[in-house]
Amino acid sequence: MTWLLANLETILLAVFGVSALAGGVLVVVLRQPMRAAMALISTMIFLGGIYGLLGVHFIAAFQVLIYVGAVMVFMVYVIMLLDPRDPAFRRRFSPLLFPGAAVALGLAATLIRGVAPGTAPAAAPAPARGFSLAEFATAFLNQYWLHFELTSVLLLAAVIAAIAVIRVARGDHG
Amino acid sequence: MDKTQALLVLALALFSLGLAGVVVRRNLLVMLMSMELMLNGVNLSLVTFANQMGAAEGAVLVFLIFVVAAAEIAIAIPIVLLLARRRHTLDADAYADLKG
Repeated sequence: MTWLLANLETILLAVFGVSALAGGVLVVVLRQPMRAAMALISTMIFLGGIYGLLGVHFIAAFQVLIYVGAVMVFMVYVIMLLDPRDPAFRRRFSPLLFPGAAVALGLAATLIRGVAPGTAPAAAPAPARGFSLAEFATAFLNQYWLHFELTSVLLLAAVIAAIAVIRVARGDHG
Repeated sequence: MDKTQALLVLALALFSLGLAGVVVRRNLLVMLMSMELMLNGVNLSLVTFANQMGAAEGAVLVFLIFVVAAAEIAIAIPIVLLLARRRHTLDADAYADLKG
């Protein structure tokens, strides 16, 4: 029991990590888009749990608020709008199944070999330092305020583009 | 394998899975979801590195990625709906005539 409590954080991290990975596999494998969306939502929530365990609680909160609360709700609405008799809903994989899977596997193997323990330098890794919310806020609003403001320009462009797409859909090109 | 390495492996696995989903799947919406999976993998690696280095800049970048992901989905979903209305299918093969 004491061992369990002492290692609770590591155990939770492992559980969340394996669950997030399983959700990711299900997104690629499941046939119904709605089920894939649910798997993706579970992956995002587990990633939020990982962020919380790492001590960056504000990113965990925004992960759930923005990704699950906005992006995926939007996605689920669109899935419900579409016709379930669409042949794309019945046939899962494109003809590129084997080349695509091979490329992804090769990429994963190459990248993971880069961070695997065997290839790491002999020096013991430094303990994680972490950072506080105050440090983040100072960096965010002192150093990166311009980038933050520029994202508002990006959002404005996105809104205008969405309106333009809707006008094209109505056949109203004026 | 310590915690940072395990999280990095998870991030890389999520990124590769997302890439596989974009290439392998037929449905445009599932391809979009796979792209979100790739973004989530990148976010996880950024948070892991920021936490390891004690640098708040990584978290700032994650915030900006949140905004870009929201903007991306706000554009992509209307385009997908428009395509579905034109051709009555979301099969990516039905749009093969878009290639130059």
